[in-house]
Amino acid sequence: MPKITFPRMGESYRAFKMLLEDLGNEVVVPPRPSKRTLDLGIRYAPEFACFPLKILMGTYLETIEMGADTIVTTGGVGPCRAGEYAMLHHKILKDLGHDIKMIVFEPPRLHPVNFIKNLWALNKSGVSIRGVVAHIRRAWRKLQAMDKAEQLSHVMRPREINRGDTTRVYRKVLGWIDQAYSFEQIIEAESAAMEALGSISQDSKRIILKVGIVGEIYVLLEPASNLEVEETLGNLGVEVERSMFLTGWAKDNTWSETTERLTVKEAASPYLPELVGGHGRDSIGNTILYAKRGFDGIIQLAPFTCIPEIVARTILPRVSKDHDIAVLTFFLDEQTGKAGMTTRLEAFVDLLRRKKLFGRGAEPLTG
Amino acid sequence: MKAYLGIDVGSVSINIVVLNEAGEVITGLYLRTQGRPIEVIQEGLKQTAGHLTPAIEIAGVGTTGSGRYLAGVIVGADVVKNEITAHAIAASMIIPDVQTVLEIGGQDSKIIILREGIVTDFAMNTVCAAGTGSFLDQQASRLNIPIDQFGELALQSGTPVRIAGRCTVFAESDMIHKQQMGHRIPDIIRGLSEALVRNYLNNVGKGKEILPPVVFQGGVAANAGIKAAFEEALGIPIQIPEHFNIMGAIGAAQLAREEVTITEHTRFKGFKITGLPYRTGSFECNGCPNICEVVEIYEEDKVIGRWGSRCNKWDIVE
Repeated sequence: MPKITFPRMGESYRAFKMLLEDLGNEVVVPPRPSKRTLDLGIRYAPEFACFPLKILMGTYLETIEMGADTIVTTGGVGPCRAGEYAMLHHKILKDLGHDIKMIVFEPPRLHPVNFIKNLWALNKSGVSIRGVVAHIRRAWRKLQAMDKAEQLSHVMRPREINRGDTTRVYRKVLGWIDQAYSFEQIIEAESAAMEALGSISQDSKRIILKVGIVGEIYVLLEPASNLEVEETLGNLGVEVERSMFLTGWAKDNTWSETTERLTVKEAASPYLPELVGGHGRDSIGNTILYAKRGFDGIIQLAPFTCIPEIVARTILPRVSKDHDIAVLTFFLDEQTGKAGMTTRLEAFVDLLRRKKLFGRGAEPLTG
Repeated sequence: MKAYLGIDVGSVSINIVVLNEAGEVITGLYLRTQGRPIEVIQEGLKQTAGHLTPAIEIAGVGTTGSGRYLAGVIVGADVVKNEITAHAIAASMIIPDVQTVLEIGGQDSKIIILREGIVTDFAMNTVCAAGTGSFLDQQASRLNIPIDQFGELALQSGTPVRIAGRCTVFAESDMIHKQQMGHRIPDIIRGLSEALVRNYLNNVGKGKEILPPVVFQGGVAANAGIKAAFEEALGIPIQIPEHFNIMGAIGAAQLAREEVTITEHTRFKGFKITGLPYRTGSFECNGCPNICEVVEIYEEDKVIGRWGSRCNKWDIVE
């Protein structure tokens, strides 16, 4: 039986594992990216490639060590080099002497035949079409449950009285959702998770800042690649809202574009009417939408050398000025020292807090 | 009489100040870090204590700089703040209507934009230390010129030479190339100053509205050549505060003063800590594949601080 693995993005592996097992595959769960993942990725990936390519390179090599022989991944649309990464990874792995199979899913809305062919290749137990649909629906529901729990953790963390409570409860409830198998069980685990997170003791008097997070999908979704920026912000008393969740992204590229996404495009169009690849346009559109919703600030996360995000970065100062919202950009690469990021985040949060408390020109800084 | 202690532990220097209730500097020290922050903090505090009259009581302590957490656990800080906030506070104490702060230190360079006393925007150098104090230090010693004369020399130049300023490696090879062609040292240094300012404004200062009054602080503000290059590039006068090289520490002391008005007591351990033995140790945590290098700091035989881990497993619960 083939042993299947796939890229790791946050906690989503739990749902993918279930789905692939339901279709009769043996799954090698990709480990959380670590120092070793980075070392392996950096050794074998081209120097000028972006951070996500390097982490995935390392992850694939780790999972191959663990016995994986088939990799399932996604392609991409638009002028971003990530669309070619599956081929590049495949070639590098071949050069290293690993004879693995690569199954690349292109967005089904644009490539329906590719989607069905790939799905069939993965259907080892010969599940009926109806069965496959049911399995996908259940995995999808699990992803949704995890996204909901994560969203609530972002609301709770800045308000928690005992530092670390939210992270502890969140870890625990992820286990519950992970264990749930049937549709009913998933729904039950989800509501238990929401209740457990919701009952973390919180300080209702605290002044909470709201920060929107925009940027490239991989560094947004995998906390190990962004130095756990969301948790750090939560501990600084900031409620974060991430502009991207896997369920949201997949929906836009699978069935139809959500209306919200259309507004993102519309919002961005006065500044960037073109698709620049990756999530460059989304970064701009979401910044504007967050500003309109009264957020206190925006953080843009981008892999070092990511062209779409560089384009967005050069436009954002203008957006920031027009919509009176502070924007802070982080370019992420292999550095694991957190000090530089912490200093900038602290200063950013101080800036937002003073602005919120005193307003523009209301109260002097000192005294 | 109540007074407030501020400590700025930077990569190149450690600065310690004591402010009185009116926000005036009673004593200020600028010491080289020399890679030994703990010893220098202890030595600095010993010197500081020597400058204070017995009537002065330390009512609050603040730390800042890249070594702020280390300093914070050693002295018992009431407030531990990032450098950006500390520098902004200090600048607006001295020039209340300041709108732009240019700060260049050992490894960091930053720009802070204030409007009516509120920080509205800031930026820091990202991946590269081109144009910061360490690089100037290095070039001064390569040319065998004491760093305090480096800036003055630039002012003697009549025809500055163009030097590439984007990256220190390019800048250095450009300087060597020009020197081997026979250009005069003052012209090369002037060219370097202009290159650094150009790089700063284009990188750190990108898209920022630089309005007067402009304050230039941090160790590099001592360099007259850089100041002149800023004035030429911006076309507005630049002010350098009297205590330009200890502004971070002044800001930290002021923040401590604000903090203790809320907490109403200080956590300062007293000047006795200058005589206590401190040591640090590190170990690799094998709890997960991250294999974090965790650093511990001991006061006598007690662990008072730990950092370096990516999770909270090793956090110290007070």
